[in-house]
Parts: sequence; C-alpha cells; structure tokens
Amino acid sequence: MEENRILEVKNLQLSFQLDVGTNHVIRDISFHLNRGETLAIVGESGSGKSVTTKAILGLIDDNGAVEEGSILFRLNKNGKEEIVDLLHSTKSFMQKNIRGSKIAIIFQDPMTSLDPTMTIGNQIMESMLEHKLVKSKKEALERTRNLLDLVGIDHPDKRMKQYPHQLSGGMRQRIVIAIALACEPDLLIADEPTTALDVTIQSQILELIKDIQKKTGVAIIFITHDLGVVANVADRVAVMYAGKIVEEGLASEVYYDPRHPYTWGLLSSIPSLDGKEEEILSIPGSPPNLIHPPKGDAFAYRSSYALAIDFEEVPPMFKVSETHFVASWLLHPDAPKVEMPDVLKKRLNQYSHSKEV
Amino acid sequence: MSTNNVILEVKNLKQFFRVDRKTTTRAVDDVSFKIFEGETFSVVGESGSGKSTLGRTLIRIYDGVAGEVEFMGKKISGKLDKETKHFITTNMQMIFQDPMASLNPRKKVLDTVAFGLDVNKLVSDPVERKNKVIEVLKSVGLSEDHINRFPHQFSGGQRQRIGVARALVLKPKFIIADEIISALDVSIQAQVINLMKKLQRELGLTYLFIAHDLSMVRYISDRVAVMHLGHIVEMGTVDDVYNHPMHPYTKSLLSAIPHPDPDSEKKRKRFVYDMSTIIYNDSHMVQLSDTHSILTTDKDFELWSKGDYSLSLK
Ligand SMILES: Nc1ncnc2c1ncn2[C@@H]1O[C@H](COP(=O)(O)OP(=O)(O)O)[C@@H](O)[C@H]1O
Ligand SMILES: Nc1ncnc2c1ncn2[C@@H]1O[C@H](COP(=O)(O)OP(=O)(O)O)[C@@H](O)[C@H]1O
Ligand SMILES: [Mg+2]
Ligand SMILES: [Mg+2]
Repeated sequence: MEENRILEVKNLQLSFQLDVGTNHVIRDISFHLNRGETLAIVGESGSGKSVTTKAILGLIDDNGAVEEGSILFRLNKNGKEEIVDLLHSTKSFMQKNIRGSKIAIIFQDPMTSLDPTMTIGNQIMESMLEHKLVKSKKEALERTRNLLDLVGIDHPDKRMKQYPHQLSGGMRQRIVIAIALACEPDLLIADEPTTALDVTIQSQILELIKDIQKKTGVAIIFITHDLGVVANVADRVAVMYAGKIVEEGLASEVYYDPRHPYTWGLLSSIPSLDGKEEEILSIPGSPPNLIHPPKGDAFAYRSSYALAIDFEEVPPMFKVSETHFVASWLLHPDAPKVEMPDVLKKRLNQYSHSKEV
Repeated sequence: MSTNNVILEVKNLKQFFRVDRKTTTRAVDDVSFKIFEGETFSVVGESGSGKSTLGRTLIRIYDGVAGEVEFMGKKISGKLDKETKHFITTNMQMIFQDPMASLNPRKKVLDTVAFGLDVNKLVSDPVERKNKVIEVLKSVGLSEDHINRFPHQFSGGQRQRIGVARALVLKPKFIIADEIISALDVSIQAQVINLMKKLQRELGLTYLFIAHDLSMVRYISDRVAVMHLGHIVEMGTVDDVYNHPMHPYTKSLLSAIPHPDPDSEKKRKRFVYDMSTIIYNDSHMVQLSDTHSILTTDKDFELWSKGDYSLSLK
C-alpha cells in the first residue's frame, strides 16, 4: 500500500443468500483513502454504501459471503505501523483492535448508537475505559469534557449527567460523534449522519465534522445519497450505482466535470440555486434487482445516453486524469461524442468556479 | 396560479396539545392564510414547527381549539354534520411522508387504492372499481400489472406513487401533501415532484405542500409560508421568500441549504441568528407588499428593514 494511504479496498465482491436467490450486492469495487482526507461515497439507496462500510468493520450479516477482494488497513499500534487485511481478520481481532478504537462509525439515526438507559457521560467514557486508553476515572472525565467541547456542547458537566432523550436530535448526533472520537480513531465512517436532521442542524454538523478533521487529522468516509450535502466536506467523491463505483475523482472533478450519465442524473436532480427551470431532471425508473444483475452497464437501462455495447459488456474504468476515473463506454475513444444535459451544463457555467477557468 | 378564487381560508387557527398538567404545546398558534384555486401553497419549517398539525387540523384529524376554516365556500371548522364530513373526505385528501407506514402491508395495491371508493360507497360494480384504480395508477406512472402486488414489492418512489394514487382516486380538489418526498433519495424526489406538477396541470388540483427542505419547495410552489414554533413567520410568493427574505428564521433556513458547488461552499458564510431573542407573543403580521408579510415586533421590524440583524449576536 502506498505510504500516504490508510485504507485500500481492492476488488471487493460480496453477496447475500436469500430464499429467492443470491443477491450480488457489491460487484467488484476498489477505492482507497489517503491519510487525513474525506472521501464521499454517493449513491441511491440500495447501491451498496452501507454494506461496504460493514465489510470494512467486519460486520457482514450472517447470510453474506465475501466472494473476492481484500480491505487493507494501516494499523497504527503504539507508533508501529502494520498493514492488515480487515476482510480476512477474525471477529475477535476486529473487536479488540479495530472497531470502535481504530475505526469508528456514526449512523443516520443517533438513537441507534445511544443507550437510552445510560448517561451521556458514561457512554462516552465506556469505550475509553474498555480500550484502556485512560488510567483512571479522573482522566476519563477530563477527556470527556474535552471531547464535549470539541463537538460544540456547552456545560459539559451538566450534559454528562443527562440521558439521550433529554437532548435534541442535533445534540444527540454531536454526542454520537463524541463517542466515535473517544478512542482517537484513524478512520471515521459517517453513514448518512445528517439525513435525519433539519437543514440548519445539518449544516452545523457538517461544519463540525470539517472542524474535527482539521483538529485531529482523522480520515473520513462520508456516505450520502445527496451530492449536494458533501460539496463542502469531500476531498474526493466516489459515485456508486448497483454495487459498483461508476465515477471517482477529486471533488472538483466530479462536481465541475462529471462524465458518467448517472453522475449527471444525480447532479441534475438537485434543485438549482435560482430555481428558474420548469422541471427538475430526474433519473427515470429505479435501480435494478441485483439477484439478477443486468448484463453490461447496469445504469444503461435508465439512461438516455446508453450505447448498444452498454447492454452487452461491463465498461472498464476509463482514466480521465491521474485522479479521475469513469466506468462508462461513453469514454471509449470510438464512442460517439455526447454532452451532459443542457440544464446541468448551464448550471455548471453559473458556478463561481467556472468563471476562473 | 390560474385564477384568484380562494379555495381555502384559514383564520386564527389554533391547535394545542396538553403535555401534562402544567405544560401545553402550542403546535399551531394563531395562524391565518388563504390558498387560491389551482396553486401550490407550501408550508416549510424545521421539525416540530407545527406543519403536520396544521395539515391534520385542516383535514379534521384534529378538531382545532380555535379559529375558522372555510373550504370551497363551506365552513369546515367547529362541529360538523354528516354531509359536511362527506364533503371534506371527497374534496380534500392527505398524503403522508412514510409511504411504507401509511400503506397496509397485507393489502394489495388494488384494495389500498380503492379504499376511499369503498368506505364512501362510491362504486358497487367490481369491474368499475378495478377500472377506476387502473386509471388512477396509470396517471401516477404505474400500470395494471401492479394491482395485485403488495407494498413491500415496490421501491420507495413507487410506494409514494401508490400513496398519491390512493389520494387521487376520489378526484379531490385539494391535496395536503405532508413531507411526501422527505424519505426519498434526491433523484427520486425529483420524479415525485414532477409527477405532482403534471397532475396539477392535468387535473387542476390545489396543493398544500408541507416540507422541511426548502430547495425542492421552490420548484413546486407559487406561494410559501414559513412556520416556526407554531407561527407563520413569513409568507409570500416564491420570489418574495427566496429572493427577498426578511425574517431571520427564513434567512437562516435558506442559508443552510447546501449547494453542489465546492468552491462557493468553502467560502460561504452561514446566516446565524439567536432565535430565542424573538418574542412571538408581542409580534404581529406586517405587510411588506401585496403578497409578502412577516411576523414581527415594531422594534425588530425597524432593525430588520435596515438589514440590521446584529442584535441577536450580542
Ligand atoms: N443481510 C442481507 N441480506 C440480503 N440483502 C441484503 C442484506 N443486507 C443488505 N442487503 C441488500 O444489499 C443492497 C445494498 O444495501 P445497502 O448497502 O444497505 O444500501 P445503501 O447504499 O442504501 O446503504 C440492498 O439491495 C439491500 O437490500
Ligand atoms: N398528537 C400529539 N400529541 C402531543 N403533541 C403533539 C402531537 N402532535 C404533535 N405534537 C407536538 O406539536 C409540535 C408540532 O408538531 P408537528 O406538527 O408534528 O410538527 P412538524 O410537522 O412541523 O414537524 C411538536 O412539539 C410536537 O411534539
Ligand atoms: Mg445505507
Ligand atoms: Mg411533520
């Protein structure tokens, strides 16, 4: 693994066994995460975002099976670094050395991660004590105060004595973030952390996550179905569709120079700033059933840009730049030249960025 | 807006919930507005601001503790006789946020959609019943093939279409859509919004559209009311509210909408205002133009109209 990488997912293939057949949910995905950066994974529900994070954490459901691949993680143990394959590690190794300590996760609904019967303070201190990060209760308390401060919660001593139901939704998500950070993880996975929150709270939590990254240098995987949400936090973006990554690049590449018709669809379906358009372009239809994955490019069936070959052969990753990759036959040198939808093109032209070009 | 006929007029509507002996939630607290025939009037605001309670009070799931509501020239607040109840159910329908929770999992689409016809005894012939359901399913982009399926066999967007079909089958004039896109992926939200617009054009429907997300609302609305703590704090045309917002609550909601534009997002300054400094009990509606009004005190109004929002920052 390259020196600056902390995580590398390679050719991951994963399926679930169901009564009606095998659900091929992750179909050969590869991506990496550099130290201290934020990678956004974006896609519609069912595209495989959460399953991917569960694979990283070693939490695949019992009916799931890894068919291929590896997940390399740079494990930092008392200053010594070693590379471990999380996909082929034992449950107890993951429990003891990885989950909650080196890799932490926050979910959409803060209540699923909080224990309603336990005070906030005890919940934050629990994992510190469990992973022996502190020597005494006093040290744990001190650290908890600092953490609450870091996640923007006033009156820490009062809050520590409260229970989850006594807090607002936004406040609870801050607590969940504090718990996630309690063991100073090297990787934080945020699975739709703002989807259930009001917009004003969402923007505060996004600010907070950015701020925490600046202060702690933690690497972040941020999962969302809404490309609009992550523009402010993502360094790089991976767009997922039907268990595959269809486009990957620096945020500036994916937002200002998108190449995959699915990315075009995702961007066009976000209402524009001026709202002058009569209709918002939507992506027609719905994602395919992966018990019988479609032949070729799975998105072709919803795309008005599909070529004949899309229905026959899976497109390879075409390289647009050193950092920008797109899995679409449209990027083949022999493909007809097509342009993104007019609406999207106009909108991209309006953005401040384009003025500088 | 096709005409200027008022289809719904709400005057000083209140709906409170008793929490315990000492506390009452004033979920809807003295709200007045008009909705014109054929338009989309949207109510936006954060969760808990009273939007659903407002919708539910209008359609008489709740009775309302005070105020008057007139719908298509008929009074529909206060005590209702049987005829008025029937009048409300056949002309006013509500669609809910969570498509799965509002659909009976053991009922086929045919029976779910026909529910309104059945309880109001509007058809007796099963063939006619089925044809009516198929017709309405087609209008929302589903097909005849779907009638014998169960809700779990549909995607979120399709389920929401079933919810729309169920509301439309009675051919209502007025639809209350309560957060119908909130649980859907952004890409699918656009599908549902476009569908609602198409149906409105074709059937001349009037919508009360409830949402907490201001960005989609702009596309579907003619006029918008912003709710906060049970009050309408700003109301106007889309242009008034989005391009000339004056109430700090509206300004903070707009300023929190994320944009898919990394460079501008990085530079963006969010509007922040300490809402606890606002005292709604001392406030009154001030008309800024024929179409635009805000809830404010004289003192705040003087500052805000000069663009001075510094007071709250202390
Ligand atoms: N235990 C399981 N058994 C069968 N299918 C599953 C299981 N867990 C997840 N899936 C399926 O895997 C697909 C991807 O799910 P998920 O990763 O949760 O999607 P999302 O991108 O919305 O997070 C979905 O179709 C989901 O139904
Ligand atoms: N049936 C009810 N009983 C008691 N309180 C309620 C009830 N419904 C809503 N409330 C309260 O009324 C306020 C407004 O709620 P609601 O109308 O659901 O807001 P919104 O739809 O804007 O999120 C909230 O404080 C909520 O807790
Ligand atoms: Mg998920
Ligand atoms: Mg509501």
